[in-house]
Amino acid sequence: MKLEEQKSAPSLLPAKTKARISVIFAAVIGFYILSTVKTGATIGDLLDGIPNMGRVIVKFFPPNFNVFVHIIEPLAVTIQMAIIATTVAAFLCIPLSLLAAQNVTSNKFVYTFVRSFLNILRTIPDLVLAVIFVGLFGIGVLPGILALIIFSLGILAKLISETIESVDMNPMEAMSASGANTLQKISFALIPQVLPQFVSFVLYVFEINIRASVVLGLVGAGGIGIVLSQQLKFYNYPNAMLIILVIFVLVVVIEYISTKIREAIV
Amino acid sequence: MELVLPPKKKRSGLKTLRNWGIFLFLTVMYIWTFTGIDIDWGRAFERMINNFQRVIPKLFNPEWASIGKVWTAMVETLYIAFAGSLMAAIIAIPLGFMAAQNMTKSKVLTTFGKWVLSGIRAFPDLILAILFVVAVGPNPFAGVLAIAIGSTGMLGKLYSEVLESIDMNIVEAMEASGANKVQILFHGVIPQIIPEFLSYAIYRFEIDVRASTILGIVGAGGIGTLIQFAQMNRNWEEMGLILLVIVVVVTIIDFLSASIRKRIV
Repeated sequence: MKLEEQKSAPSLLPAKTKARISVIFAAVIGFYILSTVKTGATIGDLLDGIPNMGRVIVKFFPPNFNVFVHIIEPLAVTIQMAIIATTVAAFLCIPLSLLAAQNVTSNKFVYTFVRSFLNILRTIPDLVLAVIFVGLFGIGVLPGILALIIFSLGILAKLISETIESVDMNPMEAMSASGANTLQKISFALIPQVLPQFVSFVLYVFEINIRASVVLGLVGAGGIGIVLSQQLKFYNYPNAMLIILVIFVLVVVIEYISTKIREAIV
Repeated sequence: MELVLPPKKKRSGLKTLRNWGIFLFLTVMYIWTFTGIDIDWGRAFERMINNFQRVIPKLFNPEWASIGKVWTAMVETLYIAFAGSLMAAIIAIPLGFMAAQNMTKSKVLTTFGKWVLSGIRAFPDLILAILFVVAVGPNPFAGVLAIAIGSTGMLGKLYSEVLESIDMNIVEAMEASGANKVQILFHGVIPQIIPEFLSYAIYRFEIDVRASTILGIVGAGGIGTLIQFAQMNRNWEEMGLILLVIVVVVTIIDFLSASIRKRIV
């Protein structure tokens, strides 16, 4: 064997894999360059933008703490919208998630239909739903709540149907063998297994709804977003900054509480 | 023989107290909610009946004439999402390393990293978009920045969790045999994390496509701009088409992303 031929160590990957990785990498970078050019987000644009950003960001400070008294009410409305929407969605998702669970709904047609329906529901952005409901009901809290209900229903039903699919079926079978009816099976074998996850997911969706409801006001669907968009339209940046800070604190506090409860349950 | 039900399980006093506490809290919360919220049902339903024919049938009757315009805007949305996600996937790497306990030996740095990441995550994407629209003007660039910053929070957190769960035996073995930091990084750490990092980055791209469809409502480019115009002009046929395009494109992206992620991990 000639030693000179093998000067460097042989590659860890076969040449074919290497070629494939190179092609994928080149495609990703190529599409990235195209995207940055099309959106005007190249490094050059970024560097040009930084001084301007600095100049504008300064206008937001210091936040105007005097307006806090005026935003307590819209803030409360935002939380109330999220509470109502989460509650309604939690009830509505029960039949839907049972229908979308393969081990409960044995009819393949029903199961596939409900699943596809939920998948389509989840692709519609919450703000688009809000726009449509505002068009239907006029500006106010109701379209916001309806948008949140539909939006969170898709997420919740998917998560819970997956939980139902992963339950231990033995207790159910044992109960059928000893003559229990469907209602008894659901309340004594299914619910105890699903309940902790259910509560945890409802809290998780509540978190999502809080985040969503703070921005719904931008399209006229109630809550603190309406005040924010008004202040921005009047170029009243210190007021807007206070609202943004309040939203930030609200989201952090709700997430903290919800995470603690969820950790305790599951 | 008489049929008797099994005796009920006894509950401890503390648990009963806790349950009453939860019950009381929920009751107060719902009373506060329902007395606080103000919905004018009568007017809302009156409007609904008036508007129903003007809105719903038109939504299901898309205006195909404007497909060119809508498609261009959707492609721009994809550009925004892609540029933003890729930027975030790269910015999140150092932050992820900083927030991972086993990579950064300093407790202060780890806690700081975790705080930065959860701070970023607390900003809804649209609020970030508003800030960037004010900063760089109403263009897609603002959308890219909003997506990039917004995604960094979640990706950094997921990255740090991946890093914390790697097999440290390999790293220790390399340390013991005298490898330096760079060698450990390239041969001990990176091969373990690449599949999951990629998978999370692709997953985040999926989320970003959904997020960037609405950025235009605050002026940050993409198909949201058209949503806003359609809302102002009450052009529900065009809204129907926009909705259809969003549903189809998001479904395709979700499907592609899921199948790629399945192959990677």
